[in-house]
Amino acid sequence: MLRYLTRRLLATLVTLLGVSVIVFMLMHLLPGDPARLIAGLTAPEAEVIRLRTQLGLDQPLAIQYWHFLTNLLQGDLGTSIRSSAPVLSEILARMPWTILLAFVSMLLATLVGIPAGVIAARWRNSLPDYVVSLVTLFGISMPVYWLGLMLIILFAVNLHWLPAGGNESAPSVILPAVTLASFSVALIARMTRSSMLEVLGQDYLRTARAKGLRENAVVFRHALKNAFIPVITVIGLQLGMLLSGSVLTETVFGWPGIGLLLVDSIFARDYPVVQGVVMVFALIFTLLNILVDICYAYLDPRIHYT
Amino acid sequence: MPTSTRASITRNARAPRHFALRSIVRRRTALLGGVILLILVALSLAAPLVSTQDPEKMVLAQVLKPPSQQFPLGTDYLGRDILTRILYGGRLSLLIGLLAVAVGLAIGVPLGAISGYYGGWIDLGIQRIADILLAFPGFLLSLSLVAALGIGLQNVILSVGIGALPSFIRLVRGSVLTIRELTYVEAARATGVPDWAILFRHVLPNALAPVIVQATLNLGTAILVAAGLGFLGLGVRPPTPEWGTMLGEGRNYIFSAWYIATFPGLAIFFAVLGFNLLGDGLRDALDPRLKNF
Repeated sequence: MLRYLTRRLLATLVTLLGVSVIVFMLMHLLPGDPARLIAGLTAPEAEVIRLRTQLGLDQPLAIQYWHFLTNLLQGDLGTSIRSSAPVLSEILARMPWTILLAFVSMLLATLVGIPAGVIAARWRNSLPDYVVSLVTLFGISMPVYWLGLMLIILFAVNLHWLPAGGNESAPSVILPAVTLASFSVALIARMTRSSMLEVLGQDYLRTARAKGLRENAVVFRHALKNAFIPVITVIGLQLGMLLSGSVLTETVFGWPGIGLLLVDSIFARDYPVVQGVVMVFALIFTLLNILVDICYAYLDPRIHYT
Repeated sequence: MPTSTRASITRNARAPRHFALRSIVRRRTALLGGVILLILVALSLAAPLVSTQDPEKMVLAQVLKPPSQQFPLGTDYLGRDILTRILYGGRLSLLIGLLAVAVGLAIGVPLGAISGYYGGWIDLGIQRIADILLAFPGFLLSLSLVAALGIGLQNVILSVGIGALPSFIRLVRGSVLTIRELTYVEAARATGVPDWAILFRHVLPNALAPVIVQATLNLGTAILVAAGLGFLGLGVRPPTPEWGTMLGEGRNYIFSAWYIATFPGLAIFFAVLGFNLLGDGLRDALDPRLKNF
Protein backbone atom coordinates (compact mmCIF):
# COMPACT_ATOMS: atom_id res chain seq x y z
CA MET A 1 0.00 0.00 0.00
CA LEU A 2 2.80 2.40 0.97
CA ARG A 3 4.66 1.59 -2.25
CA TYR A 4 1.53 2.15 -4.26
CA LEU A 5 0.91 5.46 -2.53
CA THR A 6 4.47 6.66 -3.11
CA ARG A 7 4.23 5.75 -6.79
CA ARG A 8 0.83 7.39 -7.08
CA LEU A 9 2.10 10.59 -5.44
CA LEU A 10 5.14 10.70 -7.71
CA ALA A 11 2.93 10.29 -10.79
CA THR A 12 0.71 13.05 -9.44
CA LEU A 13 3.69 15.36 -9.08
CA VAL A 14 4.60 14.77 -12.74
CA THR A 15 0.98 15.44 -13.70
CA LEU A 16 0.90 18.67 -11.72
CA LEU A 17 4.16 19.75 -13.33
CA GLY A 18 2.52 19.17 -16.73
CA VAL A 19 -0.55 21.09 -15.59
CA SER A 20 1.67 24.00 -14.57
CA VAL A 21 3.21 24.05 -18.08
CA ILE A 22 -0.24 24.23 -19.70
CA VAL A 23 -1.42 26.90 -17.25
CA PHE A 24 1.77 28.90 -17.84
CA MET A 25 1.31 28.63 -21.60
CA LEU A 26 -2.26 29.99 -21.42
CA MET A 27 -0.94 33.54 -21.53
CA HIS A 28 1.47 32.72 -24.34
CA LEU A 29 -1.12 31.07 -26.59
CA LEU A 30 -2.65 34.49 -27.14
CA PRO A 31 -2.08 35.54 -30.73
CA GLY A 32 0.21 38.59 -30.73
CA ASP A 33 1.88 40.45 -27.87
CA PRO A 34 0.20 39.41 -24.58
CA ALA A 35 1.12 42.72 -22.90
CA ARG A 36 -0.50 44.71 -25.71
CA LEU A 37 -3.61 42.50 -25.65
CA ILE A 38 -3.99 42.73 -21.88
CA ALA A 39 -3.40 46.50 -21.78
CA GLY A 40 -5.83 47.05 -24.64
CA LEU A 41 -5.20 47.99 -28.25
CA THR A 42 -5.48 51.73 -27.58
CA ALA A 43 -3.28 51.78 -24.44
CA PRO A 44 -0.17 54.01 -24.57
CA GLU A 45 3.14 52.27 -25.32
CA ALA A 46 4.51 53.17 -21.86
CA GLU A 47 1.66 51.26 -20.22
CA VAL A 48 2.36 48.22 -22.42
CA ILE A 49 6.05 48.31 -21.50
CA ARG A 50 5.20 48.64 -17.79
CA LEU A 51 2.84 45.65 -18.00
CA ARG A 52 5.40 43.62 -19.94
CA THR A 53 7.97 44.20 -17.21
CA GLN A 54 5.44 43.59 -14.40
CA LEU A 55 4.42 40.24 -15.88
CA GLY A 56 8.02 39.33 -16.73
CA LEU A 57 7.10 38.98 -20.39
CA ASP A 58 10.36 40.67 -21.47
CA GLN A 59 12.37 37.62 -20.40
CA PRO A 60 13.04 34.37 -22.29
CA LEU A 61 10.19 31.83 -22.08
CA ALA A 62 12.19 29.25 -20.08
CA ILE A 63 13.15 31.87 -17.46
CA GLN A 64 9.53 33.04 -17.28
CA TYR A 65 8.37 29.47 -16.65
CA TRP A 66 11.05 28.94 -14.01
CA HIS A 67 9.89 32.05 -12.16
CA PHE A 68 6.25 30.96 -12.53
CA LEU A 69 7.03 27.53 -11.12
CA THR A 70 9.20 28.67 -8.20
CA ASN A 71 6.63 31.30 -7.25
CA LEU A 72 3.88 28.70 -7.52
CA LEU A 73 5.73 26.36 -5.16
CA GLN A 74 5.91 29.20 -2.63
CA GLY A 75 2.17 29.83 -2.96
CA ASP A 76 2.66 32.99 -4.99
CA LEU A 77 0.22 32.99 -7.90
CA GLY A 78 1.14 36.48 -9.03
CA THR A 79 -0.71 39.78 -8.86
CA SER A 80 -4.10 40.62 -10.32
CA ILE A 81 -3.89 43.18 -13.12
CA ARG A 82 -7.35 44.51 -12.28
CA SER A 83 -7.13 44.89 -8.52
CA SER A 84 -3.33 44.81 -7.96
CA ALA A 85 -4.03 42.38 -5.10
CA PRO A 86 -2.25 39.04 -4.80
CA VAL A 87 -4.09 36.40 -6.87
CA LEU A 88 -4.00 33.92 -3.99
CA SER A 89 -5.79 36.28 -1.62
CA GLU A 90 -8.45 36.98 -4.29
CA ILE A 91 -8.99 33.23 -4.69
CA LEU A 92 -9.05 32.58 -0.95
CA ALA A 93 -11.59 35.34 -0.42
CA ARG A 94 -13.96 33.75 -2.95
CA MET A 95 -13.20 30.10 -2.17
CA PRO A 96 -15.59 29.63 0.80
CA TRP A 97 -18.57 30.46 -1.43
CA THR A 98 -17.59 27.88 -4.04
CA ILE A 99 -16.95 25.25 -1.36
CA LEU A 100 -20.30 26.03 0.29
CA LEU A 101 -22.13 25.67 -3.02
CA ALA A 102 -20.29 22.45 -3.94
CA PHE A 103 -20.98 20.83 -0.56
CA VAL A 104 -24.67 21.74 -0.46
CA SER A 105 -24.98 20.41 -4.02
CA MET A 106 -23.16 17.21 -3.14
CA LEU A 107 -25.33 16.68 -0.08
CA LEU A 108 -28.42 17.14 -2.23
CA ALA A 109 -27.07 14.88 -4.98
CA THR A 110 -26.25 12.10 -2.50
CA LEU A 111 -29.52 12.35 -0.57
CA VAL A 112 -31.55 12.14 -3.78
CA GLY A 113 -29.28 10.07 -6.05
CA ILE A 114 -28.60 7.07 -3.80
CA PRO A 115 -32.22 6.36 -2.76
CA ALA A 116 -33.33 6.85 -6.39
CA GLY A 117 -30.74 4.33 -7.60
CA VAL A 118 -31.66 1.82 -4.87
CA ILE A 119 -35.38 2.11 -5.67
CA ALA A 120 -34.70 1.64 -9.39
CA ALA A 121 -32.63 -1.50 -8.72
CA ARG A 122 -35.03 -2.94 -6.14
CA TRP A 123 -38.00 -2.62 -8.50
CA ARG A 124 -36.11 -3.25 -11.74
CA ASN A 125 -38.08 -3.08 -14.99
CA SER A 126 -41.14 -1.66 -13.27
CA LEU A 127 -42.61 1.83 -13.03
CA PRO A 128 -40.20 3.24 -10.37
CA ASP A 129 -37.22 2.03 -12.43
CA TYR A 130 -38.58 3.63 -15.60
CA VAL A 131 -39.28 6.92 -13.82
CA VAL A 132 -35.76 7.03 -12.31
CA SER A 133 -34.20 6.10 -15.68
CA LEU A 134 -36.13 8.84 -17.47
CA VAL A 135 -35.33 11.49 -14.87
CA THR A 136 -31.63 10.59 -14.79
CA LEU A 137 -31.50 10.64 -18.59
CA PHE A 138 -32.95 14.14 -18.51
CA GLY A 139 -30.48 15.07 -15.77
CA ILE A 140 -27.41 14.15 -17.82
CA SER A 141 -28.81 15.69 -21.01
CA MET A 142 -29.90 19.03 -19.60
CA PRO A 143 -27.56 22.02 -19.89
CA VAL A 144 -27.11 23.16 -16.26
CA TYR A 145 -26.99 26.81 -17.30
CA TRP A 146 -30.40 26.41 -18.97
CA LEU A 147 -31.87 24.58 -15.97
CA GLY A 148 -30.63 27.44 -13.78
CA LEU A 149 -32.40 30.03 -15.93
CA MET A 150 -35.61 27.97 -15.99
CA LEU A 151 -35.54 27.69 -12.18
CA ILE A 152 -35.08 31.46 -11.92
CA ILE A 153 -38.02 32.07 -14.29
CA LEU A 154 -40.25 29.70 -12.31
CA PHE A 155 -39.29 30.23 -8.66
CA ALA A 156 -38.00 33.80 -8.67
CA VAL A 157 -39.78 35.64 -11.48
CA ASN A 158 -43.20 33.93 -11.43
CA LEU A 159 -43.71 32.45 -7.96
CA HIS A 160 -41.46 34.89 -6.02
CA TRP A 161 -40.51 32.06 -3.67
CA LEU A 162 -36.73 32.32 -3.90
CA PRO A 163 -34.16 34.98 -4.81
CA ALA A 164 -32.97 35.00 -8.43
CA GLY A 165 -29.32 35.40 -7.51
CA GLY A 166 -26.72 36.81 -5.16
CA ASN A 167 -25.73 35.45 -1.77
CA GLU A 168 -27.45 37.80 0.67
CA SER A 169 -29.64 35.25 2.45
CA ALA A 170 -29.60 31.53 3.23
CA PRO A 171 -32.33 30.67 0.66
CA SER A 172 -30.07 32.17 -2.03
CA VAL A 173 -28.11 28.93 -2.09
CA ILE A 174 -31.14 26.74 -2.95
CA LEU A 175 -31.52 27.42 -6.67
CA PRO A 176 -27.78 27.35 -7.49
CA ALA A 177 -27.36 24.16 -5.46
CA VAL A 178 -30.28 22.40 -7.18
CA THR A 179 -28.92 23.49 -10.56
CA LEU A 180 -25.39 22.34 -9.84
CA ALA A 181 -26.58 19.07 -8.30
CA SER A 182 -28.78 18.02 -11.22
CA PHE A 183 -26.05 16.26 -13.21
CA SER A 184 -24.54 14.60 -10.13
CA VAL A 185 -27.95 13.34 -8.94
CA ALA A 186 -28.39 11.60 -12.29
CA LEU A 187 -24.90 10.14 -12.28
CA ILE A 188 -25.04 8.92 -8.67
CA ALA A 189 -28.50 7.38 -9.21
CA ARG A 190 -27.30 5.59 -12.36
CA MET A 191 -24.16 4.32 -10.67
CA THR A 192 -26.07 3.17 -7.56
CA ARG A 193 -28.57 1.33 -9.74
CA SER A 194 -25.97 -0.45 -11.86
CA SER A 195 -23.81 -1.28 -8.85
CA MET A 196 -26.82 -2.64 -6.95
CA LEU A 197 -27.87 -4.77 -9.91
CA GLU A 198 -24.39 -6.22 -10.16
CA VAL A 199 -24.30 -7.06 -6.45
CA LEU A 200 -27.85 -8.45 -6.50
CA GLY A 201 -26.76 -11.04 -9.05
CA GLN A 202 -24.01 -12.42 -6.77
CA ASP A 203 -24.13 -15.94 -5.36
CA TYR A 204 -24.23 -14.92 -1.68
CA LEU A 205 -27.42 -12.99 -2.29
CA ARG A 206 -28.94 -15.95 -4.08
CA THR A 207 -28.13 -17.90 -0.91
CA ALA A 208 -29.75 -15.19 1.20
CA ARG A 209 -32.89 -15.43 -0.92
CA ALA A 210 -32.78 -19.24 -0.88
CA LYS A 211 -32.76 -19.34 2.89
CA GLY A 212 -36.00 -17.41 2.82
CA LEU A 213 -34.94 -13.80 3.46
CA ARG A 214 -37.37 -11.23 2.20
CA GLU A 215 -36.30 -9.24 -0.87
CA ASN A 216 -36.25 -5.98 1.09
CA ALA A 217 -33.86 -7.49 3.65
CA VAL A 218 -31.68 -8.83 0.83
CA VAL A 219 -31.54 -5.42 -0.85
CA PHE A 220 -31.27 -3.09 2.11
CA ARG A 221 -29.33 -5.21 4.60
CA HIS A 222 -26.94 -7.16 2.41
CA ALA A 223 -26.65 -5.66 -1.07
CA LEU A 224 -26.59 -1.95 -0.30
CA LYS A 225 -23.41 -2.06 1.78
CA ASN A 226 -21.44 -3.83 -0.91
CA ALA A 227 -22.83 -1.72 -3.72
CA PHE A 228 -21.55 1.45 -2.08
CA ILE A 229 -17.89 1.24 -3.08
CA PRO A 230 -18.19 2.34 -6.73
CA VAL A 231 -20.80 4.90 -5.66
CA ILE A 232 -18.35 6.48 -3.21
CA THR A 233 -15.80 6.75 -6.03
CA VAL A 234 -18.32 8.57 -8.19
CA ILE A 235 -19.25 10.88 -5.30
CA GLY A 236 -15.57 11.72 -4.72
CA LEU A 237 -14.93 12.45 -8.37
CA GLN A 238 -18.16 14.41 -8.66
CA LEU A 239 -17.08 16.69 -5.84
CA GLY A 240 -14.16 17.79 -8.00
CA MET A 241 -16.47 18.14 -10.97
CA LEU A 242 -18.89 20.24 -8.90
CA LEU A 243 -16.11 22.69 -8.07
CA SER A 244 -15.40 23.26 -11.75
CA GLY A 245 -19.08 22.99 -12.70
CA SER A 246 -19.57 25.99 -10.48
CA VAL A 247 -18.15 28.17 -13.29
CA LEU A 248 -21.43 28.08 -15.22
CA THR A 249 -23.77 27.92 -12.23
CA GLU A 250 -22.06 30.82 -10.46
CA THR A 251 -22.30 32.86 -13.65
CA VAL A 252 -26.04 32.19 -13.98
CA PHE A 253 -26.80 33.15 -10.37
CA GLY A 254 -24.11 35.78 -9.82
CA TRP A 255 -22.79 33.61 -6.97
CA PRO A 256 -19.51 35.20 -5.84
CA GLY A 257 -17.27 32.10 -5.92
CA ILE A 258 -14.07 31.41 -7.83
CA GLY A 259 -16.02 30.17 -10.88
CA LEU A 260 -17.46 33.64 -11.38
CA LEU A 261 -14.03 35.13 -10.60
CA LEU A 262 -12.60 33.02 -13.45
CA VAL A 263 -15.22 34.15 -15.97
CA ASP A 264 -14.91 37.81 -14.96
CA SER A 265 -11.13 37.58 -15.20
CA ILE A 266 -11.29 36.00 -18.67
CA PHE A 267 -13.32 38.95 -19.93
CA ALA A 268 -11.09 41.48 -18.13
CA ARG A 269 -8.02 39.71 -19.60
CA ASP A 270 -6.68 39.43 -16.09
CA TYR A 271 -4.51 36.44 -17.02
CA PRO A 272 -2.66 36.01 -13.71
CA VAL A 273 -6.05 35.43 -12.02
CA VAL A 274 -7.18 33.11 -14.85
CA GLN A 275 -3.98 31.10 -14.46
CA GLY A 276 -4.29 31.04 -10.68
CA VAL A 277 -7.91 29.85 -10.63
CA VAL A 278 -7.30 27.15 -13.28
CA MET A 279 -4.25 25.92 -11.35
CA VAL A 280 -6.20 25.80 -8.07
CA PHE A 281 -9.10 23.90 -9.71
CA ALA A 282 -6.70 21.34 -11.22
CA LEU A 283 -4.81 20.97 -7.94
CA ILE A 284 -7.99 20.35 -5.90
CA PHE A 285 -9.31 17.90 -8.49
CA THR A 286 -6.05 15.94 -8.59
CA LEU A 287 -5.81 15.76 -4.79
CA LEU A 288 -9.45 14.63 -4.56
CA ASN A 289 -8.65 11.84 -7.03
CA ILE A 290 -5.85 10.56 -4.80
CA LEU A 291 -8.11 10.76 -1.77
CA VAL A 292 -10.77 8.73 -3.59
CA ASP A 293 -8.16 6.09 -4.46
CA ILE A 294 -7.04 5.82 -0.84
CA CYS A 295 -10.64 5.57 0.41
CA TYR A 296 -11.26 2.87 -2.17
CA ALA A 297 -8.38 0.80 -0.86
CA TYR A 298 -9.59 1.10 2.73
CA LEU A 299 -13.21 0.34 1.92
CA ASP A 300 -12.64 -2.71 -0.24
CA PRO A 301 -10.37 -5.26 1.41
CA ARG A 302 -10.30 -7.26 -1.84
CA ILE A 303 -8.19 -4.56 -3.47
CA HIS A 304 -4.46 -5.03 -3.06
CA TYR A 305 -2.05 -2.41 -4.22
CA THR A 306 1.49 -3.27 -5.02
CA MET B 1 -33.00 -28.21 -25.16
CA PRO B 2 -36.07 -25.93 -25.03
CA THR B 3 -37.04 -24.38 -28.37
CA SER B 4 -36.66 -20.81 -27.13
CA THR B 5 -33.07 -21.42 -25.96
CA ARG B 6 -32.20 -23.07 -29.26
CA ALA B 7 -33.69 -20.18 -31.17
CA SER B 8 -31.77 -17.67 -29.07
CA ILE B 9 -28.50 -19.50 -29.64
CA THR B 10 -29.15 -19.57 -33.40
CA ARG B 11 -29.96 -15.87 -33.33
CA ASN B 12 -26.84 -14.93 -31.40
CA ALA B 13 -24.65 -17.08 -33.62
CA ARG B 14 -25.39 -14.90 -36.63
CA ALA B 15 -23.10 -12.12 -37.80
CA PRO B 16 -22.44 -9.72 -34.89
CA ARG B 17 -23.16 -6.73 -37.10
CA HIS B 18 -26.70 -7.91 -37.81
CA PHE B 19 -27.16 -8.73 -34.16
CA ALA B 20 -26.05 -5.22 -33.20
CA LEU B 21 -28.34 -3.59 -35.74
CA ARG B 22 -31.30 -5.64 -34.59
CA SER B 23 -30.56 -4.80 -30.98
CA ILE B 24 -30.48 -1.11 -31.81
CA VAL B 25 -33.80 -1.28 -33.61
CA ARG B 26 -35.28 -3.43 -30.88
CA ARG B 27 -34.32 -0.95 -28.24
CA ARG B 28 -36.93 1.69 -28.69
CA THR B 29 -34.98 4.29 -26.72
CA ALA B 30 -32.07 4.14 -29.16
CA LEU B 31 -34.47 4.43 -32.03
CA LEU B 32 -36.09 7.41 -30.35
CA GLY B 33 -32.64 9.00 -30.01
CA GLY B 34 -32.00 8.44 -33.71
CA VAL B 35 -35.37 9.91 -34.64
CA ILE B 36 -34.82 13.02 -32.47
CA LEU B 37 -31.45 13.59 -34.12
CA LEU B 38 -32.81 13.01 -37.61
CA ILE B 39 -35.55 15.57 -37.02
CA LEU B 40 -33.04 18.13 -35.65
CA VAL B 41 -30.64 17.61 -38.57
CA ALA B 42 -33.44 17.68 -41.14
CA LEU B 43 -34.93 20.88 -39.68
CA SER B 44 -31.52 22.56 -39.58
CA LEU B 45 -30.73 21.63 -43.16
CA ALA B 46 -34.20 22.64 -44.35
CA ALA B 47 -34.08 25.95 -42.43
CA PRO B 48 -34.56 28.13 -45.56
CA LEU B 49 -37.64 26.04 -46.49
CA VAL B 50 -39.19 26.14 -43.00
CA SER B 51 -38.65 29.86 -42.44
CA THR B 52 -38.36 32.69 -44.91
CA GLN B 53 -36.90 35.11 -42.34
CA ASP B 54 -33.27 36.20 -42.16
CA PRO B 55 -31.67 34.77 -38.97
CA GLU B 56 -29.24 37.69 -38.59
CA LYS B 57 -31.21 40.71 -39.77
CA MET B 58 -32.24 43.18 -37.07
CA VAL B 59 -35.86 44.37 -37.22
CA LEU B 60 -36.23 46.96 -34.50
CA ALA B 61 -40.01 47.29 -35.05
CA GLN B 62 -40.56 43.73 -33.79
CA VAL B 63 -38.26 43.61 -30.76
CA LEU B 64 -39.13 41.19 -27.89
CA LYS B 65 -42.41 39.90 -29.31
CA PRO B 66 -43.81 36.93 -27.33
CA PRO B 67 -44.71 33.69 -29.16
CA SER B 68 -47.57 34.26 -31.62
CA GLN B 69 -48.84 32.91 -34.91
CA GLN B 70 -46.43 35.17 -36.79
CA PHE B 71 -43.47 34.30 -34.55
CA PRO B 72 -44.11 30.82 -33.07
CA LEU B 73 -41.22 31.14 -30.59
CA GLY B 74 -41.17 34.93 -30.31
CA THR B 75 -38.47 37.42 -31.30
CA ASP B 76 -35.26 38.40 -29.53
CA TYR B 77 -33.93 41.77 -28.33
CA LEU B 78 -32.94 42.71 -31.87
CA GLY B 79 -36.26 41.68 -33.40
CA ARG B 80 -34.94 38.48 -34.95
CA ASP B 81 -37.27 35.46 -35.19
CA ILE B 82 -36.15 32.95 -32.54
CA LEU B 83 -37.44 29.91 -34.46
CA THR B 84 -35.43 30.90 -37.53
CA ARG B 85 -32.31 31.45 -35.44
CA ILE B 86 -32.74 28.06 -33.72
CA LEU B 87 -33.11 26.33 -37.09
CA TYR B 88 -30.01 27.99 -38.55
CA GLY B 89 -28.20 27.74 -35.21
CA GLY B 90 -28.68 23.97 -35.26
CA ARG B 91 -26.39 23.74 -38.27
CA LEU B 92 -23.57 25.34 -36.36
CA SER B 93 -24.19 23.75 -32.96
CA LEU B 94 -24.39 20.24 -34.39
CA LEU B 95 -21.42 20.87 -36.69
CA ILE B 96 -19.26 22.14 -33.80
CA GLY B 97 -20.10 18.96 -31.83
CA LEU B 98 -19.31 16.72 -34.78
CA LEU B 99 -16.04 18.42 -35.70
CA ALA B 100 -14.88 18.62 -32.08
CA VAL B 101 -15.40 14.87 -31.62
CA ALA B 102 -13.67 14.32 -34.98
CA VAL B 103 -10.66 16.26 -33.65
CA GLY B 104 -10.71 14.14 -30.47
CA LEU B 105 -10.93 10.93 -32.52
CA ALA B 106 -8.29 11.94 -35.06
CA ILE B 107 -5.70 12.61 -32.35
CA GLY B 108 -6.91 10.35 -29.52
CA VAL B 109 -7.39 7.07 -31.41
CA PRO B 110 -3.88 6.85 -32.93
CA LEU B 111 -2.28 8.00 -29.65
CA GLY B 112 -4.25 5.42 -27.64
CA ALA B 113 -3.47 2.68 -30.17
CA ILE B 114 0.27 3.42 -30.20
CA SER B 115 0.28 3.65 -26.40
CA GLY B 116 -1.43 0.29 -25.93
CA TYR B 117 0.42 -1.56 -28.69
CA TYR B 118 3.99 -0.50 -28.06
CA GLY B 119 3.88 -0.10 -24.27
CA GLY B 120 7.10 0.94 -22.47
CA TRP B 121 8.26 4.54 -22.52
CA ILE B 122 5.93 5.53 -25.35
CA ASP B 123 2.97 4.26 -23.33
CA LEU B 124 4.21 5.99 -20.19
CA GLY B 125 4.65 9.30 -22.04
CA ILE B 126 1.25 9.22 -23.72
CA GLN B 127 -0.49 8.20 -20.50
CA ARG B 128 1.13 11.10 -18.63
CA ILE B 129 -0.21 13.44 -21.32
CA ALA B 130 -3.68 11.94 -20.80
CA ASP B 131 -3.26 12.32 -17.02
CA ILE B 132 -2.34 15.98 -17.43
CA LEU B 133 -5.37 16.67 -19.63
CA LEU B 134 -7.61 14.76 -17.21
CA ALA B 135 -6.39 16.91 -14.31
CA PHE B 136 -8.58 19.74 -15.61
CA PRO B 137 -12.04 18.86 -14.31
CA GLY B 138 -15.13 19.03 -16.49
CA PHE B 139 -15.06 21.68 -19.14
CA LEU B 140 -12.27 23.66 -17.51
CA LEU B 141 -9.71 22.54 -20.13
CA SER B 142 -11.89 23.69 -23.04
CA LEU B 143 -12.72 26.92 -21.19
CA SER B 144 -9.04 27.67 -20.45
CA LEU B 145 -7.99 26.95 -24.03
CA VAL B 146 -10.68 29.10 -25.58
CA ALA B 147 -9.85 31.86 -23.08
CA ALA B 148 -6.26 31.71 -24.31
CA LEU B 149 -6.89 31.21 -28.03
CA GLY B 150 -9.74 33.70 -28.28
CA ILE B 151 -13.33 33.26 -29.41
CA GLY B 152 -14.31 32.03 -32.86
CA LEU B 153 -15.55 28.87 -34.53
CA GLN B 154 -12.15 27.22 -35.10
CA ASN B 155 -10.94 27.83 -31.57
CA VAL B 156 -14.16 26.47 -30.04
CA ILE B 157 -13.91 23.28 -32.12
CA LEU B 158 -10.24 22.83 -31.24
CA SER B 159 -10.77 23.51 -27.53
CA VAL B 160 -13.75 21.16 -27.21
CA GLY B 161 -11.91 18.53 -29.29
CA ILE B 162 -8.83 18.62 -27.06
CA GLY B 163 -11.15 18.33 -24.05
CA ALA B 164 -12.48 15.06 -25.52
CA LEU B 165 -8.98 13.67 -26.22
CA PRO B 166 -8.12 11.81 -22.99
CA SER B 167 -11.27 9.68 -22.99
CA PHE B 168 -10.40 8.34 -26.45
CA ILE B 169 -6.73 7.79 -25.58
CA ARG B 170 -7.66 5.76 -22.49
CA LEU B 171 -10.41 3.78 -24.17
CA VAL B 172 -8.43 2.76 -27.27
CA ARG B 173 -5.36 1.91 -25.20
CA GLY B 174 -7.44 -0.44 -23.03
CA SER B 175 -8.94 -2.22 -26.02
CA VAL B 176 -5.62 -2.51 -27.86
CA LEU B 177 -3.92 -3.91 -24.74
CA THR B 178 -6.38 -6.83 -24.76
CA ILE B 179 -6.41 -7.40 -28.51
CA ARG B 180 -2.63 -7.36 -28.99
CA GLU B 181 -2.39 -10.53 -26.88
CA LEU B 182 -4.81 -12.51 -29.07
CA THR B 183 -3.49 -15.40 -31.14
CA TYR B 184 -4.37 -13.90 -34.51
CA VAL B 185 -2.14 -10.92 -33.74
CA GLU B 186 0.62 -13.29 -32.71
CA ALA B 187 0.12 -15.18 -35.99
CA ALA B 188 0.36 -11.94 -37.97
CA ARG B 189 3.55 -11.07 -36.13
CA ALA B 190 4.98 -14.54 -36.78
CA THR B 191 4.32 -14.24 -40.51
CA GLY B 192 6.31 -11.02 -40.64
CA VAL B 193 3.55 -8.42 -40.99
CA PRO B 194 5.03 -5.03 -40.03
CA ASP B 195 3.97 -3.54 -36.71
CA TRP B 196 2.11 -0.54 -38.18
CA ALA B 197 0.09 -2.85 -40.44
CA ILE B 198 -0.81 -5.14 -37.53
CA LEU B 199 -1.82 -2.16 -35.44
CA PHE B 200 -3.83 -0.18 -37.96
CA ARG B 201 -5.14 -3.01 -40.13
CA HIS B 202 -5.72 -5.85 -37.69
CA VAL B 203 -5.85 -4.54 -34.11
CA LEU B 204 -7.53 -1.15 -34.40
CA PRO B 205 -10.57 -2.23 -36.46
CA ASN B 206 -11.39 -4.74 -33.72
CA ALA B 207 -11.01 -2.13 -31.01
CA LEU B 208 -13.47 0.29 -32.56
CA ALA B 209 -16.82 -0.88 -31.09
CA PRO B 210 -16.39 0.89 -27.72
CA VAL B 211 -14.94 3.89 -29.55
CA ILE B 212 -18.13 4.26 -31.59
CA VAL B 213 -20.20 4.19 -28.38
CA GLN B 214 -17.91 6.69 -26.67
CA ALA B 215 -17.88 8.98 -29.70
CA THR B 216 -21.70 9.03 -29.79
CA LEU B 217 -21.92 9.86 -26.09
CA ASN B 218 -19.12 12.41 -26.50
CA LEU B 219 -21.11 14.16 -29.22
CA GLY B 220 -23.71 15.03 -26.61
CA THR B 221 -21.02 16.22 -24.20
CA ALA B 222 -19.27 18.22 -26.94
CA ILE B 223 -22.52 20.01 -27.80
CA LEU B 224 -23.07 20.79 -24.09
CA VAL B 225 -19.52 22.10 -23.64
CA ALA B 226 -19.56 24.17 -26.84
CA ALA B 227 -22.95 25.61 -25.93
CA GLY B 228 -21.61 26.32 -22.42
CA LEU B 229 -18.77 28.33 -23.96
CA GLY B 230 -21.30 30.14 -26.16
CA PHE B 231 -23.46 30.83 -23.10
CA LEU B 232 -20.50 32.51 -21.38
CA GLY B 233 -19.89 34.60 -24.50
CA LEU B 234 -16.83 32.61 -25.55
CA GLY B 235 -18.34 30.80 -28.53
CA VAL B 236 -18.85 31.98 -32.08
CA ARG B 237 -18.95 35.67 -32.89
CA PRO B 238 -22.37 37.35 -32.94
CA PRO B 239 -24.64 37.78 -34.87
CA THR B 240 -24.08 34.21 -36.13
CA PRO B 241 -26.85 32.07 -34.61
CA GLU B 242 -25.61 29.32 -32.27
CA TRP B 243 -27.72 27.74 -29.53
CA GLY B 244 -25.39 28.42 -26.59
CA THR B 245 -24.78 32.04 -27.59
CA MET B 246 -28.53 32.59 -28.03
CA LEU B 247 -29.13 31.18 -24.55
CA GLY B 248 -26.47 33.50 -23.13
CA GLU B 249 -28.10 36.50 -24.80
CA GLY B 250 -31.47 35.43 -23.39
CA ARG B 251 -30.08 35.48 -19.85
CA ASN B 252 -30.29 39.27 -19.79
CA TYR B 253 -34.02 39.17 -20.56
CA ILE B 254 -35.33 36.41 -18.29
CA PHE B 255 -37.33 38.88 -16.24
CA SER B 256 -39.17 40.29 -19.24
CA ALA B 257 -38.91 37.78 -22.11
CA TRP B 258 -38.65 34.17 -20.90
CA TYR B 259 -38.86 32.74 -24.41
CA ILE B 260 -35.45 34.04 -25.59
CA ALA B 261 -33.54 31.69 -23.26
CA THR B 262 -36.11 28.88 -23.05
CA PHE B 263 -36.26 27.63 -26.64
CA PRO B 264 -32.53 27.52 -27.56
CA GLY B 265 -32.00 25.59 -24.30
CA LEU B 266 -34.67 23.09 -25.30
CA ALA B 267 -32.90 22.62 -28.63
CA ILE B 268 -29.60 21.86 -26.85
CA PHE B 269 -31.43 19.52 -24.47
CA PHE B 270 -33.05 17.52 -27.30
CA ALA B 271 -29.78 17.24 -29.24
CA VAL B 272 -27.88 15.98 -26.18
CA LEU B 273 -30.78 13.68 -25.24
CA GLY B 274 -30.75 12.25 -28.78
CA PHE B 275 -27.04 11.44 -28.64
CA ASN B 276 -27.32 10.00 -25.12
CA LEU B 277 -30.23 7.73 -26.10
CA LEU B 278 -28.41 6.60 -29.23
CA GLY B 279 -25.14 6.09 -27.34
CA ASP B 280 -26.85 4.05 -24.62
CA GLY B 281 -28.55 1.91 -27.26
CA LEU B 282 -25.30 1.39 -29.16
CA ARG B 283 -23.55 0.41 -25.94
CA ASP B 284 -26.18 -2.19 -25.15
CA ALA B 285 -25.97 -3.52 -28.67
CA LEU B 286 -22.20 -3.56 -29.05
CA ASP B 287 -21.17 -4.31 -25.48
CA PRO B 288 -23.89 -6.26 -23.64
CA ARG B 289 -21.68 -6.48 -20.54
CA LEU B 290 -22.50 -2.86 -19.77
CA LYS B 291 -26.26 -3.29 -20.05
CA ASN B 292 -26.90 -2.53 -16.38
CA PHE B 293 -25.54 0.98 -16.51
